[in-house]
Amino acid sequence: MHAINYDAPTTLDQAVSILKTHGENARPFCGGTDIIIQLRAGVRRTEHLVDVKKIKELQVLSFDAKKGLRLGAAVPCIEISESDVMRRHYPGLTEAAHLIGSLQIQNRASVGGNLCNGSPAADTTPALIVLGARARIVGPNGEREVPVEAFVVSPGRTVLKPGELLVELLVPAPAPHSSDAYLRFIPRNEMDIAVVGVGAAVTLDGDKVKAARIALAAVGPTPILASKAADAIIGMKLDDAALEAAGRAASAACSPIDDMRGTAEFRLHITAVLTRRVLSIAAERAKKN
Amino acid sequence: MAASTTTGDFKVIGTRPIRPDGVDKVTGRAKFGADYAFPGMLHGKVLRSPHAHAIIKSIKIDKALKLPGVKAIVTSKDLPDAENMLEQSGELTVNPMHLSMNILAHDKVLYDGHAIAAVAATSPHIAEEALRLIEVEYEVLPPVMTVEAATKPGAPILLKDLRNNEEGDKPTNVAQHYQFKRGDVAAGFKAADYVVEREFNTAMVHQGYIEPHNAVGIYNSDGQATIYCSTQGAFDVRSLSAHVLGMPVGKIKVVPAEIGGGFGGKTTIYLEPLSVLLSKKTGAPVKLVMSRAEVLRASGPTPGAKIKVKMGATRDGKLVAAEIWMAYQAGAFPGSPVAAGALCIIAPYTVENFQIDAYDVVVNRPKTASYRAPGTTQAAFASETVIDELAEKCGIDPIDFRIKNAVKEGAPQIMGPPFKRIGFIQTCEAIKNSAHYKSKLTGKFRGRGVASGFWFNAGMQSSAMVNIHTDGTASVVTGSPDIGGSRASMAMIAAEVLGLPVTDVRPITADTDSIGHTDVTAGSRVTFATGMAVYEAAKDAVRQLIERAAKVWEKKPDEVEFRDGILHAKGDGVPPISIKQLAPRFPRTGGPITGRASVNARGVGPGFATTVVDVEVDPDTGKVQILRCTIAQDAGKAIHPSYVEGQMQGGTAQGIGWALNEEYFYDDKGTLRNTGFLDYRIPTCLDLPMIETIIVEEPNPGHPLGVRGVGEVSIVPPVAAVANAIYRAVGVRMTQTPMSPPKLLKAILKHRGATTTQHSAAAD
Ligand SMILES: Cc1cc2nc3c(=O)[nH]c(=O)nc-3n(C[C@H](O)[C@H](O)[C@H](O)COP(=O)(O)OP(=O)(O)OC[C@H]3O[C@@H](n4cnc5c(N)ncnc54)[C@H](O)[C@@H]3O)c2cc1C
Repeated sequence: MHAINYDAPTTLDQAVSILKTHGENARPFCGGTDIIIQLRAGVRRTEHLVDVKKIKELQVLSFDAKKGLRLGAAVPCIEISESDVMRRHYPGLTEAAHLIGSLQIQNRASVGGNLCNGSPAADTTPALIVLGARARIVGPNGEREVPVEAFVVSPGRTVLKPGELLVELLVPAPAPHSSDAYLRFIPRNEMDIAVVGVGAAVTLDGDKVKAARIALAAVGPTPILASKAADAIIGMKLDDAALEAAGRAASAACSPIDDMRGTAEFRLHITAVLTRRVLSIAAERAKKN
Repeated sequence: MAASTTTGDFKVIGTRPIRPDGVDKVTGRAKFGADYAFPGMLHGKVLRSPHAHAIIKSIKIDKALKLPGVKAIVTSKDLPDAENMLEQSGELTVNPMHLSMNILAHDKVLYDGHAIAAVAATSPHIAEEALRLIEVEYEVLPPVMTVEAATKPGAPILLKDLRNNEEGDKPTNVAQHYQFKRGDVAAGFKAADYVVEREFNTAMVHQGYIEPHNAVGIYNSDGQATIYCSTQGAFDVRSLSAHVLGMPVGKIKVVPAEIGGGFGGKTTIYLEPLSVLLSKKTGAPVKLVMSRAEVLRASGPTPGAKIKVKMGATRDGKLVAAEIWMAYQAGAFPGSPVAAGALCIIAPYTVENFQIDAYDVVVNRPKTASYRAPGTTQAAFASETVIDELAEKCGIDPIDFRIKNAVKEGAPQIMGPPFKRIGFIQTCEAIKNSAHYKSKLTGKFRGRGVASGFWFNAGMQSSAMVNIHTDGTASVVTGSPDIGGSRASMAMIAAEVLGLPVTDVRPITADTDSIGHTDVTAGSRVTFATGMAVYEAAKDAVRQLIERAAKVWEKKPDEVEFRDGILHAKGDGVPPISIKQLAPRFPRTGGPITGRASVNARGVGPGFATTVVDVEVDPDTGKVQILRCTIAQDAGKAIHPSYVEGQMQGGTAQGIGWALNEEYFYDDKGTLRNTGFLDYRIPTCLDLPMIETIIVEEPNPGHPLGVRGVGEVSIVPPVAAVANAIYRAVGVRMTQTPMSPPKLLKAILKHRGATTTQHSAAAD
């Protein structure tokens, strides 16, 4: 790894101005659990690292029953999984954050970093997408908001422009009788990257599905919002036939590749299996809310 | 050799003292290879080939040399010519020319990661930057990745000088054909009621030691060199480096560092000669440390194998014939452990008629190195699966089937000579009587599998010294790097003989100038052979203690007796004295006492193990959970039972990793894709249950304490045991490793398809 400059601004203004000055040659980072490994391996190169986790706005974790959740981009995953509020209102996002790496990794890794890294396999991204989360971005030209499902544009690339930075994620408050869940498939039991990940959020009306969102990881060049899979169950009772239909539609939304983590054929099969399983879990949870 | 004394009463042997190297390790004080630093030290990095197979047309280093901070660059031009011949080094057969070609590619690169040049600079970062400035021009050739590709007519030839024992002067990728046979195979199969024939394919896997390879080389202007490195064999590093550098052995000193795992992978050299070459060019100490990716791309894994096994049994469960064909990927240079695999594949069983053909084949992958019971896990996966199937056909419990066919004392080994006392049947019986095997396995998609394994173990040369200090305590000096707790065992053996508490004996591993020649820590030989040397050296010290006491008492040595650390005069009322009391009198009775012994240890006792494993398969994903696992292994005599158990558990854990997820994943260009522990999946602690152990002690008559080696055979059964368990859980016979979710799911779906069509056909 070559020599790199390091800055740790404490305000958003400072951060934006440093990022603006160095343009393409600078990168913001939070926990560093992606970027440092990529720099060491030579798959990314940068001259200037801007540590943004000392900025107050990026460390916010607050929940309001009406306004929903504000999750600062740098909040480490461990704070999410240890938060009662998160466990209660967003169990799917919480379990996704809790899956990342190991406890040591979770002490540093952030949901913001997970998203900004732009990997199609990021565990928390589908969990955010199914909750309808929006990303608040600040840059030299001011502020903007982007729905999470539109944030990643290709493997490792996001909508962020040079000088821009993700400040926080805004997640709506959960509707009554709703809940979420996230499952991933890995060959081992920890320390792995999803071969397939499936997130689901379900709102029930009696024993019928009133609203649902399903999102997929590691089965295409970007995380995928599988709207047709959700459509297959909306208005239906979540019986075996409905689960099968959702699983089939989720597989149909994938465009996986063969790689060392699994064949395309395997991923399609697992997508359907996990979709069925994750929907059942989310629905069970929703019944209790 | 003395008859076994294992029935005797031991005071120290068989107890579980705290390991002498433990405190340094848990406090972080232990010095591993990468911890060495010297004033003025430079840092080296190695440029490696991005191609699996290519001719090197030119290497331009001028731009890199101009980078500020760069002090020297070496390429194969800096290596002397090495001879194309075979030489025995420890347990390896070495061709110095091939070794040299592996250290730095000569005119061709033969695998992704093959070293081409090495840079020394004032910092590792500068050295790395310099690598980017070295310009190599390649003529890329088609990669040859499998034994099929390497042996098909017209296959690209890797090594133009390679010839084998059968094809005369024809260039080839087949380095060697070994054949072992006995009896009449055709007649054997004729007598069989059941015959099972299957083809198996195993993936190349790495030992997965956590500490990467490292070396610090210091070349002095007087022509003497010192190498600090973490290795299983300091004397082998010395002789191999001498070959590659064209230096006399006596001009190189190797200081073995504390080692962070080896499992056979640290029995050869990679960085060591480069560190000396770069030091010679720069006049400064030079340190090189591999990254994980370099370890996976360019150090020696164990071969992938293609094995065809056909075996026959009579209805009552007697094995009558075996016909086996096996080909191993040697990597870029000859020397896979295929012959060892061939000699072990049916070694646990008496089979009167067999023929085994084994082929060593070069392919564009890193040169393979030893890995725990080299070549045997692959082999046992094949044979132990077929045996499981035959047991099932005969309707016999798989353990009873093994016991029925098991070799016992007097049975001929594959090479002919009879086995001495062995404990194979005892390992089978220990499993049969275990709480685990007796427990009922209930629940869906669960299955229990068993398998057994054999490993030769090794003897070879070892030296030891036992120094009695002025206060009557002692130190034990050996030349065996400690990779599995052997220092504890050495101290215990010396303490037992000297009648001292083990805490009064400090064991150390010395460098190549400080102790007599000692072969590599491999072949499970240290507690056996170095232990034998320590035993003899301690006896030698006792002999001297007796002489000194005799001198003090003005008696003859045979009038003095040594019991439990106390010297007694026979007969009259002279008060006995301890070593502690005698020690102050050493100066006046002849000087310090040093017991010495050097052995070329004969009387190796082979090791057997039997393993039972319970699995649960997720039939929708193909993922396997290991629910419970128990291994029984014959240790001969367990000097320190905890470290015997540690070896049994460690080998089992590695075997399970091999079974389930580990594999070298090359793309179609021959580039290794999984160059880290993220995608090269060794098991984590969440993937394994506590592995239960049963130590069998069937003393080895060839060792004064009854010791057999214990470091390796534990890795042999697990792959087959897992496959046999999967079969019982979901009905599919897996014939390839890893039995990873994509592969197992495919097999399950195929099986389900086959059974549903069968069912519907039946319904019609
Ligand atoms: C051992 C190990 C195990 C892992 N396991 C998993 C796993 O199970 N699942 C999983 O999904 N990931 C896993 N990861 C990857 C990684 O930990 C996660 O992606 C993590 O969430 C990244 O967060 P971070 O804060 O460390 O990101 P960083 O490395 O700090 O940043 C990641 C990327 O995002 C950019 N970035 C960061 N913050 C901002 C910001 N505020 N604005 C704009 N850009 C920003 C950076 O420039 C960089 O490109 C693992 C990593 C390791 C080392």
